[in-house]
Amino acid sequence: MSATVSHHYTTTGLDNRKIAIWAFIGSECMLFVSLISTYLIYKDRSRVGPYPHTPWTDPSTGHVYHAILNIPVTSASTFILLMSSLAMVLALSAVENKGKPQRNLGEKILGNSKLWLLMTALLGLGFLGCQAFEFTSFVNEGLTIKTNLFGSTFFTLTGFHGAHVTAGVIWILSMLFIDMKRGLGPADTVSVDIMALYWHFVDVVWIAIFTLVYLIR
Amino acid sequence: MDHTHGQSALTPTEEQAAEHEHQGPGWSVYWRVAVILTLITIGEVWVYYLPAFVASRLFLPTLLTMSAVKFAIVALFYMHLRYDHKLFRTLFTGPLIIAIVTLFALMFLFGHLHLGHGG
Repeated sequence: MSATVSHHYTTTGLDNRKIAIWAFIGSECMLFVSLISTYLIYKDRSRVGPYPHTPWTDPSTGHVYHAILNIPVTSASTFILLMSSLAMVLALSAVENKGKPQRNLGEKILGNSKLWLLMTALLGLGFLGCQAFEFTSFVNEGLTIKTNLFGSTFFTLTGFHGAHVTAGVIWILSMLFIDMKRGLGPADTVSVDIMALYWHFVDVVWIAIFTLVYLIR
Repeated sequence: MDHTHGQSALTPTEEQAAEHEHQGPGWSVYWRVAVILTLITIGEVWVYYLPAFVASRLFLPTLLTMSAVKFAIVALFYMHLRYDHKLFRTLFTGPLIIAIVTLFALMFLFGHLHLGHGG
């Protein structure tokens, strides 16, 4: 098969897989902004608690619910996701530069695509672990998706994001499996690049969610 | 299937496109970006815990600005939009602008934003 066909170049001269992933990311922007809009519209309109940033006393039982968002845990998970993006660009760089001479230990570490793919997957799993902890603690404290408007919009938004992270982790682990099976090289750059673009998109969505949902009161 | 970058098999346009797709910064830029992102995140959490700042009018614009800077840095350097073909930039920023305008329109319609005094 000719290189022209195998690279899927279009009349624009660009690889159609990259055009497709950017178009997909554009549509995902619409999805997440619609979910964020819904959250912001219903913000502060819950008739019963628990509330995200302020305590609430249940008038029927007298039970006091404290502000439910756990900023230290979410800050840690945000940091984990940002570092996973760093690991991902290093994985892409390692795949692109596979086969080039590695003169010292630093270059060997930077050139190890398996290491960075594994690191990205582990950091992604770490983020999901933080989210599982957060969701569990919220449910234990009395906030479910059915409790109030905050619970409905919060769990829908962060749940959708978590599902995207889960899909990303599966994609990364699949790529790691291929790397271990036959090795990834410069010829696989576009395949790894589109995975990396998806992962960074998941990261930028979280950057927006972290500020708009967790930090702004 | 041959996945190698056969230079002879690619037209000049395709070669240019391939270069566009694979140009990007290296480790020295990546770790600096990671440090900047971490520092901005620390700044965001820090201002969240300053009651006087939270009560001030600067709180919301400061957080939104820091978040927008982080968003832009990841998109430009990690997603390589700064180095990639302009079509990719258009495919990303076009829907993003439409989505943000829709968000502001909805916020206005539902009474979260006001025009003029008292907004």
